[in-house]
Amino acid sequence: MAILTSLIKKETLHVLRDTRTVVITLVMPLALLLLFGFAISTEVNKVKVVAVTENFTDEVRNILQEFQINEYFDFIGIVGSYEVEEMLRAGKTDAAVYLKTDKGSLDSQIMVDASNTTTAQTATVYIQNILARQQVSSNVLIRTLYNPQLKSSYNFVPGILGMIFILICAIMTSVSIVGEKENGTMSLLLVSPIKPRTIIFGKLVPYFLLSCIILGIMLAISYTVLGIPFSSSVLNVIWVSLLYVILSLSIGLLVSTIVNTQLTALIVSAVAFMLPVIMLSGMIFPIDNMPAILQWISCIIPARWYIDAMRRLMIQQLELWMIWEDLVILAGMTILIMVIAAKNFNKRK
Amino acid sequence: MISSEVVISVKDLTKKFGNFTAVDHISFDVRKGEIFGFLGANGAGKTTAMRMLCGLSFPTSGDGRVDGYDIITQSEEVKKHIGYMSQKFSLYENLTVAENIRLFCTIYGMSNKEIKEQSTRLYSYLDMEGMEKKLVKDIPVGWKQKLAFSVATMHNPAVVFLDEPTGGVDPITRRKFWELIYEVSSKGVTVFVTTHYLDEAEYCDRISIMVDGQIAALNSPEGLKQEFHAETMDEVFRKVASQAKRTE
Repeated sequence: MAILTSLIKKETLHVLRDTRTVVITLVMPLALLLLFGFAISTEVNKVKVVAVTENFTDEVRNILQEFQINEYFDFIGIVGSYEVEEMLRAGKTDAAVYLKTDKGSLDSQIMVDASNTTTAQTATVYIQNILARQQVSSNVLIRTLYNPQLKSSYNFVPGILGMIFILICAIMTSVSIVGEKENGTMSLLLVSPIKPRTIIFGKLVPYFLLSCIILGIMLAISYTVLGIPFSSSVLNVIWVSLLYVILSLSIGLLVSTIVNTQLTALIVSAVAFMLPVIMLSGMIFPIDNMPAILQWISCIIPARWYIDAMRRLMIQQLELWMIWEDLVILAGMTILIMVIAAKNFNKRK
Repeated sequence: MISSEVVISVKDLTKKFGNFTAVDHISFDVRKGEIFGFLGANGAGKTTAMRMLCGLSFPTSGDGRVDGYDIITQSEEVKKHIGYMSQKFSLYENLTVAENIRLFCTIYGMSNKEIKEQSTRLYSYLDMEGMEKKLVKDIPVGWKQKLAFSVATMHNPAVVFLDEPTGGVDPITRRKFWELIYEVSSKGVTVFVTTHYLDEAEYCDRISIMVDGQIAALNSPEGLKQEFHAETMDEVFRKVASQAKRTE
């Protein structure tokens, strides 16, 4: 026990004295979270819209008023139908709404500039929503559950968490263990009577604690600055995140038993873990829209299950038992990777 | 101060990596208090042989005993009775001198009181008073080397293994380092040292020269010179090493 404590102390001092590491590990999560939470947003704001109409019925007037008030729209005005094409082409408007009253019922048409598909789709949905609310004849009522304002930070926070822990735990653990191999201090530990188990824990515990601190900071920001609704589910969020942290640490340990230089460790962790996490975990691109083969590949990416679990816990605020599938898979992966890594580590070459 | 007691005994020790035989049926005995030099060109198998004796690597076949313990079945016991210093005088660079000493004392199970005594003794012995609080990465390489050696011998091991302990160090510092080695050996500690400095080979009680994974020659420096009709160790080494068939 005294040995484990002194190893943990040594690792902690090592991390703290390496200013670069401290800055990277603390600043990077914050920067990513704030960047994705605020700056990068898939929301579409200020959609420029014009209307083409001849009869000003109550209905039409209500719709026009709605466009003027709604902060997601920038209502340019009422124009003649001959001007629309020109305005769309010149970028003076993003969409045009035709409102035509025929025998008391309102017909409508939306024309939208689809040169940017994201804007076009979102703008169409916005406009449809407004029309639907006013048109008596149409009784489609849309309610977006769990994220009524469709805030993209809700979507990104789970993804960022999934990425950060792989980054910190996997990369830092593997780089630090491989670093000891390179410096030769690992040999000193291995020829000493310390049990390999103790060496492993001496490495994992400090990074686990560091991850806990980072988790605390990130959750604090998510629930305050980014406005994720706070509820009792935060405890579940913490439990599942800790499981994911342990999983990421075992990945780091596994990488360290395979590679021999810090640079390779960094590259392996970055390429083999970061890219799939960004591309295939559902963090940015929805998994359901991927070709079948990519969907299968995404199944072996731990972040996919963690991010899914986080969305359900943080945003839908489900109970733990309702995400048992994610939990079982994450726990299974953790045990499997930990066992393989420990076996590799103990192997005397 | 060499007694007749055998501390390291190796028989037909072999290590293969796939088709490559790094160490090929080597056998030798080392007695208590002896300074045993392990010479050889790069890739001759010195480090691999040493790693097997330290329990860092598993022999493919053959037997070895260190301080009476079997290197295959009792490697845990072996580890308690040896010291090891790696090629790069490895210590934790981001820890201070004092923190390094304390860490390794703890690892070898010393009590707080013992650690304090050891530290005080080491500082005065190594003339390092006032350097306790310096980070290891900031002290000159000669000091680092002395410190690494002292850390490797702090727990009174029966054998201390030195893997090219003087690489990249100037001749004066090297000479001083050998004085430390003599002192330790005079206390009955067996020193097992790999090197490719031939002047250092002269300081050893006995030398084995490895060529292509085998021991091509084993004798005292004087004995080797006679055996190979050579004036200097340099000549001996060239005569022996020219038998090598494999290249690095």
